[in-house]
Amino acid sequence: MAANASAQPARSSHPPQTMPHTGRQPFAWLGRLLLRLLLIIQALIVVYPLVWNVLASLKTNEEVMENPWTLPKHFNWSNYVNAFTTARIGDYMLNSVLVVAMSMVILLAAALPTAYALGRMNFRGKTLTTNVYMAGLFIGGVYIIVPLFILMNNLHMLDNRFWLSAVYATGSLPFSVYLMIGFMKSIPKDFEEAALIDGCGYTSTLFRIILPITRPAIVTLIVFGFFDFWNEYVLALTLITSDEKKTIPIGLSNLMQIQQYATDWGSLFAGLVIVLIPTIIIYALLQKRLTDGMMMGGVKG
Amino acid sequence: MSMKAKRSWFLLFCLLPGLVLMALFKIHPTIEVFQKSFYLWTGIGDKPQWVGLRNFTDLFHDDVFLLSLRNTGFLMLVVPVITLFIALVNASILTRSKLRERSLYRTVFFFPSILSFVVIAILWSFIYHPTIGFLNAGLESIGLGKWALAWLGDARTVLWALAVTMIWQAAGYYMVMYMAGIDGISPELYEAASIDGATPVRQFFHITVPMLWEIIRITIIFSINGVLTISFVIVSIMTAGGPDRHSEVVMTYLYSQAFANSNFGYAMAVGVFVFIVSFLLALLSNRLTERGNN
Repeated sequence: MAANASAQPARSSHPPQTMPHTGRQPFAWLGRLLLRLLLIIQALIVVYPLVWNVLASLKTNEEVMENPWTLPKHFNWSNYVNAFTTARIGDYMLNSVLVVAMSMVILLAAALPTAYALGRMNFRGKTLTTNVYMAGLFIGGVYIIVPLFILMNNLHMLDNRFWLSAVYATGSLPFSVYLMIGFMKSIPKDFEEAALIDGCGYTSTLFRIILPITRPAIVTLIVFGFFDFWNEYVLALTLITSDEKKTIPIGLSNLMQIQQYATDWGSLFAGLVIVLIPTIIIYALLQKRLTDGMMMGGVKG
Repeated sequence: MSMKAKRSWFLLFCLLPGLVLMALFKIHPTIEVFQKSFYLWTGIGDKPQWVGLRNFTDLFHDDVFLLSLRNTGFLMLVVPVITLFIALVNASILTRSKLRERSLYRTVFFFPSILSFVVIAILWSFIYHPTIGFLNAGLESIGLGKWALAWLGDARTVLWALAVTMIWQAAGYYMVMYMAGIDGISPELYEAASIDGATPVRQFFHITVPMLWEIIRITIIFSINGVLTISFVIVSIMTAGGPDRHSEVVMTYLYSQAFANSNFGYAMAVGVFVFIVSFLLALLSNRLTERGNN
């Protein structure tokens, strides 16, 4: 294999990248055209519903009813005003921001020290603890929602945004711990030894030495956490009962129920756009982190 | 304080918050699901009453449950197969053909997998909407008006309509996973194959698929489990199980038994049953996809 690899540059004087596709087959350009066509059609299938949604959010009700393929005659911003005033999207959004922030704090406070202990220290019960988290990867969501609801009812934790956040954080904990243990293990041992000799305690070693090194992984955790918490539906539907504490996915699905009778499509579409905006911004900023992180966590399982 | 005591306190500080959360919100409810599935329990104030396996035997005489199981089975078969196939083909096109705009496609195709399921469900409800949806309007404008249907209101099409939504949501996610895998395959394999005159299609089946097999196996299990989770949101928002229960899935049935009928013990039996079945499915898929040569 090694001999083969070293012989390669001599063999191909033109760029090796293009070799398999050009020259040999006269119809290669036709193949590329067809491939491009296939990809463009798929891209349209992904993008068009979103474009349509934005257009519909700027139409009047009559225009929405008329023909889904036309452009709005003039931009009808009142849908957005309605979304904030009558549909109270702003309040739902504020709840979501609050819940996402609290969930993130709880998640990081629990996951980072846990991963440090499991990834870099030795103690009795370490394997058992690790296994608890690994088993936790497979259990969640709708399966355990009934006993969770009953437990939280008995402990008076229902209809409380803090406890909802705690449940969210717990849901993401096994994956986060799993991801961080891998990172923690990759840091050389000398770091702590040097720190301990310099008189750093355990806590300051963790916070001043280790956590700064793992910052890329922490950013990945935060990105994943954001999407999980911002989009979560089932738990929020079950654990929050009063309208003024509901998060945005619940607010939107309520809005949809109402619109079916009131037929004010415009403000529903405006609501959807308002929810999409933070997602799109974060995706645009952190897209690479996200897909890289996914490969890191998902493939090397 | 001695060094040893300091170390113990530090460990406690590290592990306790996580373990308390796990015990309270994960381990305890999981134990409860298994235990209480043997009880008749109808209402928060009621005392659960031991009934042995009756909840489980009732499941098999419950027509709605059986229908929901069949619908879930349909989705668990159709959605992963089509999703993973599309993902694999796209991943191999984007990595193998050196198109200049490929990172743009990657960004676009991945986008639906970070959208809220609620947003996706609402959006697709309107795509399928019989009067204002653009699917029917599109069919009419190209002269296929007689094919226009109430996609979500028709028992023949509703499951397929939901399946398409779920495929739209997930294909990009698995594509990115496969792209990572294909990047790890040695380019020499492909070069050697094209020198030998293997077409890209042959290369796909004889190099890409076999080399990615371990990743494909994992994604099959991921995808089957994903169907369970996402089907709850998609069905409860898009159809609420209708028309006439033709799109009821096990998770929506579990939920309505628990929170509409206060039939807690029975709902937990549904949960246990689904948990065991999906565990067995994962084992089965693992066994079926195992290769003889390793």
